[in-house]
Amino acid sequence: MIATTEKLRPWLEEFESFHRQGSGPGWLQGLRAKAFARFYELGFPTVKDEDWRFTSLQPVANNHFALAASGEAESLQALGIQLPEGFACHLIFVDGCLDTRLTKFGQLPPGVVVEGIASLLERAPERIERHLGKYAALDSEAFTALNTALLADGAYVFVPRGVALEKPIHLLYITTSGPERKMTHPRNLIVVEEDAQATLVEDYITAGAPQVEGISSFANAVTELVVGDNGVVSHYRVERENAQAAHVATLRIQQGRSANVASHALLLGGGLVRNNVHPVLAGEGSECLINGLFLGQGTQHLDNYMKVEHQSPRCQSRQFYNGILDGQAHGVFHGRIIVHKDAQKTDAKQTNRNLVLSDFAQIDTKPQLEIYADDVKCTHGATIGQIDETALFYLRSRGVPDSEARSLLLYAFAHENLERMKPAAVREWLSELIGSYLPTGVGHPEKAEATARSWQEAG
Amino acid sequence: MALLEIKNLHAKVEGREILKGVNLVIQPGEVHSIMGPNGSGKSTLAQVLARRESYEVTAGKVLFRGKDLLAMKPEEAAAEGVFMAFQYPVEIPGIGNAYFLRSALNAGRKHRGQDEVDAMDFLPLLRERMKLLDMDDSFLNRSVNEGFSGGEKKRNEILQMSILEPSLGILDETDSGLDIDALKIVSRGVNALRSPERSFLVITHYQRLLNFIVPDFVHVLVEGRIVKSGGKQVALELEEHGYAEFETVGVR
Repeated sequence: MIATTEKLRPWLEEFESFHRQGSGPGWLQGLRAKAFARFYELGFPTVKDEDWRFTSLQPVANNHFALAASGEAESLQALGIQLPEGFACHLIFVDGCLDTRLTKFGQLPPGVVVEGIASLLERAPERIERHLGKYAALDSEAFTALNTALLADGAYVFVPRGVALEKPIHLLYITTSGPERKMTHPRNLIVVEEDAQATLVEDYITAGAPQVEGISSFANAVTELVVGDNGVVSHYRVERENAQAAHVATLRIQQGRSANVASHALLLGGGLVRNNVHPVLAGEGSECLINGLFLGQGTQHLDNYMKVEHQSPRCQSRQFYNGILDGQAHGVFHGRIIVHKDAQKTDAKQTNRNLVLSDFAQIDTKPQLEIYADDVKCTHGATIGQIDETALFYLRSRGVPDSEARSLLLYAFAHENLERMKPAAVREWLSELIGSYLPTGVGHPEKAEATARSWQEAG
Repeated sequence: MALLEIKNLHAKVEGREILKGVNLVIQPGEVHSIMGPNGSGKSTLAQVLARRESYEVTAGKVLFRGKDLLAMKPEEAAAEGVFMAFQYPVEIPGIGNAYFLRSALNAGRKHRGQDEVDAMDFLPLLRERMKLLDMDDSFLNRSVNEGFSGGEKKRNEILQMSILEPSLGILDETDSGLDIDALKIVSRGVNALRSPERSFLVITHYQRLLNFIVPDFVHVLVEGRIVKSGGKQVALELEEHGYAEFETVGVR
């Protein structure tokens, strides 16, 4: 325990200097102090913790990261970033803080609010107080506690009752490179009221070549997404930071009656990534689609931790996570489904399919069903395979060269996730983005015997 | 020069010898049929000719227009003019049929040092060929073979062949699982492609297909060797007597 506490000392110092600045209303300062105390008790999870069995956070725990201060950049062009088209607005955060110069607020229907948390804390803190920290589990999750303790800025999105936003909202988080290791703790609060609709994209990127060895940045993002009765929300997470970035993302979804939520994740970049998706189907008859694609190359470590909680009767959840792993990448899919006592007629399904392209790549896949109701339908399945040799031969026999044929087959595999992404603006942009991250898989040994478990047969 | 010359071809699949000395010469414009019981090596021969790498050639030679076919990769053989219609065509989700066909056509053209065909020029050609095979416009954008019925998949194979215009078309049990109407459409597509320069190797278990695609020569393949060759009447004899006569001759 003493050792743990000693290890956390730099984090304590960072928190104390942040806390001394005393920004925000009293209730928030109290919440931060409480959250840090909890983080200090919990410490960083280790691989002895069942929920972190396959992922060591030691590279984060053992490094010192400074809270990034700047929050301003010259221009997106200077950072080499191009904004996708067809979005309602682009909220742009630089090193954790909203950059109002770069942000494009756009035209939004009356009553809709898209604003930085820091700005709203000054203007109308009560809008935040109602929801903030009410859903994300700062008592049991060290990273959520740490995020809350260091909470400074993030996105606030509010869509009032009955309003359907047609175009998606883009939330872009840029970490710039600097001489020291940086950390950011973006905190997002998204409230979509009864019968309202919205599509949001959280997009994480690093700009500039890292200037330090090892882990150069640490982003610890927490999003609370509250969806009222009959609300329809699609949430996208795009992780495309550089290979020296550590990233822990937590999405906590609270669904009202008959609310329909889709969580899509696209993990392309990042060196050490943990993607927590935690929907709670609290209202009767609500539905949740959890769709994800992770592409690992080099020494990337991509851990997907799903915790799908069915609290009410007649809810449906569908998990589809696909992974493509090349090089020495390590992928994890841990899919927990918890069906509470009252959640009768639950219909929960989970599928995880993986393509492993190299002898040195690794995937750990683990379903975990905890069912306390007696009238439920829960299924899970996972497959691990290589590129199908017959499919590859088919394409090559039509004249398509080997490397192109492999890319086509990987794209076909990824397509399954892409086609669940409904808004054309988002799907087409992400489809193009994937293209530049797909490993070609050239020169990897094929194992004909393993094709029996290939993706083709996975169902 | 013969289009295809197979000399004493031996091949192994998963360590088991399947082809045990096949000899065959195909001249330009000829249609040859290979018939044989299940497991005789018909499909193995087709796969070896299309250069499937997991099929190991242990002896023999194959010359395609005088070039060493066995030294070619599948994509090289395709560019040189070998096409095999698969018995079980593969589904490629997310890749549109028209896009795939044009990519395949252009890959071959690039290999041969020809200009690539752009989408505008390609579409009319594709539509014309689709008409011949009774395929409607929905095939253009549907993913390659995804959700196709058995008959649609086979028609799509012939469509690919009609676009790629190979010198040698190998049909690997294209008739399997086809009803008579689909068989007629597929045969019509193949017959439309017959020309003095283009040859076909039609692999089938049954004689029925050969009523529609009439071969110049029929060979009987049993236990990895051609045991009988002749004109189209051989197929009729087989229909009547079956393969029993040859199987007793086989080395057991």
